Amino acid sequence: MYKYDEYDHSIVAARVEEFRDQVNRRLAGQITEDQFKPLRLMNGLYLQLHAYMLRVAVPYGTLDSRQMHMLAHIARKYDRGYGHFTTRQNLQYNWIKLEDAPDILAELATVEMHAIQTSGNCIRNISSDQFAGAAADELTDPRPWAELLRQWSTFHPEFSYLPRKFKICVIAAEEDRAAMRLHDIGIQIVEKDGQLGAAIYVGGGMGRTPMIAPLIKDFVPFDDFVSYLEACLRVYNRYGRRDNMYKARIKILIHELGADKYAAEVEEEFAAVKALGIDPPRAEFDRIAAHFAPPAYDADAPDTLDRSDPDFAVWLDQNVSAHKQPGYAVVTISLKPIGGIPGDATADQIDLMADLAKAHSFDELRVTHAQNIVLPHVRKADLYALWQQLRDAGLAEANLDLISDIIACPGLDYCSLANARSIPLAQKIATRFSDIGRQRELGELKLKISGCINACGHHHAGHIGILGVDRKGVENYQLLLGGSGAEDVSLGTITGPGFSEDGIVDAIEKATNVYLAQREDGERFLDTYRRLGMAPFKEAIYG
Amino acid sequence: MKLLTGNDLASGDVTWWTGAGWSRHVEDAVDVGDQGEAIAHAEEGARRVNGPYVIDATLTPEGPRPAHIKDRIRALGPTVRPDLTLKPADPNAGSWVI
Ligand code: HEM
Ligand code: SF4
Repeated sequence: MYKYDEYDHSIVAARVEEFRDQVNRRLAGQITEDQFKPLRLMNGLYLQLHAYMLRVAVPYGTLDSRQMHMLAHIARKYDRGYGHFTTRQNLQYNWIKLEDAPDILAELATVEMHAIQTSGNCIRNISSDQFAGAAADELTDPRPWAELLRQWSTFHPEFSYLPRKFKICVIAAEEDRAAMRLHDIGIQIVEKDGQLGAAIYVGGGMGRTPMIAPLIKDFVPFDDFVSYLEACLRVYNRYGRRDNMYKARIKILIHELGADKYAAEVEEEFAAVKALGIDPPRAEFDRIAAHFAPPAYDADAPDTLDRSDPDFAVWLDQNVSAHKQPGYAVVTISLKPIGGIPGDATADQIDLMADLAKAHSFDELRVTHAQNIVLPHVRKADLYALWQQLRDAGLAEANLDLISDIIACPGLDYCSLANARSIPLAQKIATRFSDIGRQRELGELKLKISGCINACGHHHAGHIGILGVDRKGVENYQLLLGGSGAEDVSLGTITGPGFSEDGIVDAIEKATNVYLAQREDGERFLDTYRRLGMAPFKEAIYG
Repeated sequence: MKLLTGNDLASGDVTWWTGAGWSRHVEDAVDVGDQGEAIAHAEEGARRVNGPYVIDATLTPEGPRPAHIKDRIRALGPTVRPDLTLKPADPNAGSWVI
């Protein structure tokens, strides 16, 4: 895990005190809401439907148990005993008081956490593969690269007022578990001639105009990495559409300019930036990378498993993934109990997950963009005991990547921008398909729900996506099919007219029936949809 | 009828204009007629409310009912956490929202 140095400690502490002063001035009437709003947003504090909402950054989704316990403590002391893990690998509290916000930030700072870069038109918290450092299929750990960018981007004076928010994702495996190409910049660490470097994709995003990021450069060596990204941002900063908020994201620039023209502009800018000498020396990278060194694995850890408990075996098959170290496994804890609220966890559950990480996962946890929690390094021999504890706490739902492992944004239950509720829909769908045998029969099926066009729930990237719209004051839902946020990235297509809350659950069931009837060997729902196209699904849904 | 609503500056709680001050309960809200903007301006200046705005509502036997579902959810609390709403013990509270 990355540990703060003196500099990190001092900037975070200074930021907390600065914010405390700003809050005091707001409460005392020395500044207006118009003046205060951008300041609170820079500290992750939004005003939502029922209260202030605080978004806490979890850089590249990695946490230790001390930090996780702090999240539980804050949920208990300042909120209503729970938190919401988000698709941006962050955590949101829904019931925060403005007067408490400075104290909360001060408490977070004691465990090296903050809410910086969780809002505003800056480079946002950098996301990554939740299996980083553990996945059997990764080339290298992407997090040192992500941390390098975190250090480069935090309070970068030139990039604090970009045309619009900016999201970067770094992965280092062929399997894309982080929706890399749906970010403003997606980076895949790759190898060329024995050297590690970055493949750079620019201009992806969701929102009202979803785009898949095209490849801008297939290999940027480490020695040019930061300069190249600086050049990418500079070109955006210069040409991005500040005149129109809906056209201000870099995806629109790339779309209007063309990827080739943008890449050429970046090359030109890069030549100028390179001369500034901002690329860190290797030794600095090595220093950062040392924080992410593999834990002290037990080389003799047994590599076999007792699968005799059938419920445990289902969970193993569904929620446990291959680790690069023999004798170890990667565990995903589902925060999607049937009928529950996707991504929500109680303070007690958060504490328990922290304790389990301490006992069984070298003190490490990860937040996934699918709103689940990962224990990255668990001895296979410990899995059964771990599963029993999770089961007793209601955290052993064996549904990873199945239809009930739904991504849902807060929607109209919490979000002031929403058109419709997302969570009740997720609950109804999960309940309809609650039978685990039926879910496994349907296989991998990623269902994602957003309560408005901003697409925080990644509906464009769902094998099945749902978008909430407002039809004359009544909640209505559009259905999309065929999206993917993985390495086979694609954007979903709207099936046709929208549905009521119950209507959409039926429509989904009809779509899955088409799949079951027409699938060929080994096909997932998405594969069948891609082979057959929309027509048979549409006919079943509306016919 | 027209209601004036906003959030309490310090706590963020949803509040409703009662004619004399602010209440957490929509039942206490009064018709502000065409005075909403003026009251909002004065109250915001006095830091008793954050982000006030005027909404349409109808008067029912149970009290004012905001016209839009968003404001009904604001008035009660999240529909998916009845335990955290203002009326955790009322089984009919949910149907008031929808
Ligand atoms: C409740 C307060 C929230 C507000 C006010 C909010 C606001 C927005 C807005 C305005 C956009 C569109 C940005 C654009 O296209 O330029 C957006 C996109 C997005 N937000 Fe949220 N959001 C909220 C909560 C969340 C939550 C809870 C998550 C995670 C579950 C999230 C993750 C995202 C993601 C992944 C996108 C799309 C990616 C992209 O930026 O293109 N947001 N959000
Ligand atoms: S998609 Fe819309 S409703 Fe959902 S969290 Fe984002 S802004 Fe809110």
